[in-house]
Amino acid sequence: MSVPRTLHDYGSTGRAMVAGARRAVGVPSIVLGGSFLGFGALVHQVGLTVWHALFSTATGWALPGQIALVELYAVGASVLVIAVAVGLTNARLFPMTVTLIPLLRAPGVPRWQYYVISHFVAVTGWVAAMRDCPAMVTEQRLPYYTGFAGVLWSISMLATWAGFALAGSVPAPVTLGLVFINPIYFMLIISADVRARSRVLAAVFGAIGGPVLYLLTPEWSLLLAGVIAGTLGYLIGRRGGAHE
Amino acid sequence: MSETALPDAVFWWPILVMVAGAAATYVWRALGVALSGRIDPEGALFQWAACIAYALLAALVARMIILPTGPLAQTPMIDRVAAAILAFAVLFVSRRNVLLGIAVGAGTLVLATYARTAWF
Repeated sequence: MSVPRTLHDYGSTGRAMVAGARRAVGVPSIVLGGSFLGFGALVHQVGLTVWHALFSTATGWALPGQIALVELYAVGASVLVIAVAVGLTNARLFPMTVTLIPLLRAPGVPRWQYYVISHFVAVTGWVAAMRDCPAMVTEQRLPYYTGFAGVLWSISMLATWAGFALAGSVPAPVTLGLVFINPIYFMLIISADVRARSRVLAAVFGAIGGPVLYLLTPEWSLLLAGVIAGTLGYLIGRRGGAHE
Repeated sequence: MSETALPDAVFWWPILVMVAGAAATYVWRALGVALSGRIDPEGALFQWAACIAYALLAALVARMIILPTGPLAQTPMIDRVAAAILAFAVLFVSRRNVLLGIAVGAGTLVLATYARTAWF
């Protein structure tokens, strides 16, 4: 898509919101739905209720952290360890929000609205907004993103519920397949999207360190693997030149 | 586990853990709003943080595939690793079609599990 000379105008903020909502329906929401299906199934398998699954998706809405939380909870990790691991897993939301908000900012919009919409910053919507919003009239970007993220969030909730319900009713091998969606999903996303040398190294070291450290200390393995492998990848990747 | 039979503590404790998790997540988003436009997302600290996030996620994924907890642990490791490798191969053959990769990866594990129960 080429950048238009004049900014795209949907006519009104309401129509911009509808346009965003429509744009969200399609492959992004199918992939996202599939992965939250897997999350719902995972919550079922560790013996929690559908309310826990929905509560986690509604309040967290950042799947890697949600999965880390449930997995750590299942091995009996302490709240402190869980919170730190979730925080480190989701630290990527900070640079994402820092870059997205200036794009959505329009004159006359009260600041609290950005704090509300920031809860709906996650990978799928962020990628789409960074791509689509610069070509739009400034005051229609926030409504567009609200529509887009609103649909994604609703699909996530629905899929979480459906995954939980399915896990209890489909044959056991299919349930295993549902729970298996997420490790596969994140493995593929990392493989497909990560380009920077230091991040590739960090992911490879993490993939090796994760299982090895788990054998030594199930509770601390995630934190240790993340900090050690991430730091190693960062340092070696930087030394090798080619920053990005 | 039955939903209605859960004692209060068993229900509320995980909720409390999730509140802590949600707080640890939202703090990044709020901080992002507070500092947006005033900080360089390409800076060294960001790069380091991104590396830690990717390493942690990769560690979690590898652990879930190689040493899963819960019901996935009943499947043989060779099945899970083979399904993961196949999904990975499909991703690159299909020009990074993540949806197809997921379908093949999860589908392989389901079929392998069925095959084992039927034949062994």
